[in-house]
Amino acid sequence: MSHDHSYSARSPKIRIEALEDLLVEKGLVDRSRIDNLIQKFETDVGPMIGAQLVARAWTDPEFRNRLLDDADDVLSKENISGAEIEHVEVKANEPGVHNVVVCTLCSCYPWALLGLPPSWYKSPEYRSRVVREPRKVLAEMGLDLDEETKLQVWDSSSETRFLVLPERPSGTENFSVAELAALVTRDSMIGVARAETL
Amino acid sequence: MNSVSSLEGSNVEPPRQNGELVFREPWEARAFGLAVALAETEALSWDFFRKNLIVEVAARERSLKDSGEAWSYYESWLVALESSVIDGAIVKKSSIVDRCVSYAARPHGHDH
Repeated sequence: MSHDHSYSARSPKIRIEALEDLLVEKGLVDRSRIDNLIQKFETDVGPMIGAQLVARAWTDPEFRNRLLDDADDVLSKENISGAEIEHVEVKANEPGVHNVVVCTLCSCYPWALLGLPPSWYKSPEYRSRVVREPRKVLAEMGLDLDEETKLQVWDSSSETRFLVLPERPSGTENFSVAELAALVTRDSMIGVARAETL
Repeated sequence: MNSVSSLEGSNVEPPRQNGELVFREPWEARAFGLAVALAETEALSWDFFRKNLIVEVAARERSLKDSGEAWSYYESWLVALESSVIDGAIVKKSSIVDRCVSYAARPHGHDH
């Protein structure tokens, strides 16, 4: 932020500074905790956490079954916890079935597995259109699905967050879990893309 | 995007390498962190905040449809946070307004 110009009392920068200071003065919030949370979401938490789960599910059928049956139990055993993942369901893509995730009301998203949502996920266009015309929206985002593929749209809520388990790319039979995880993009776990190919 | 090379030897890839910058401006990060920190200590109910966010997002969308202005998610977030704190009787609206006015009146170079 530049120090060269002043801000109006209605600018977001001034408003958040005022709100934070008032709450700190009341002892309701700890400034260093806010710093830590921002740091965590900017650097430590991101799609690589979800990608690890997907890669393990690709290589370990028993893990895959557990993840699809009771993701909460898997996350608790893996010590993955945090804001907004009280209840997660994992939806597996397979030949003929494709899953895609949205939050029509705001921007609910499995933060602890994917980090914070991208701006398009929060946009009014995506949130309204992917429910009405998912095939068209996905095609515009570069994912063409044939007419026979069944499309399932999952609307997130404060109670339930969704993660898509994309299909494993062909030609990766000899890949390690780490190599596979590198193919799993954020977008593939929202369901607007496939996992990367080689 | 070549996520293979970016992930090599690391399992803590920043979100931006698999997407985009999380926050466009520092105040967005503060607004995010403040809401989550308040929810953690239960000074603020997350459900209450989320309900306000849904209302604000919908209201903003309706008004933007007419004006054609750009959508800013964290502006809605900030408004929802303000109204949650005010409606929850955590901070008075007048205190927030007074503080904003006094901060905006600071001489240049002091708006840290």
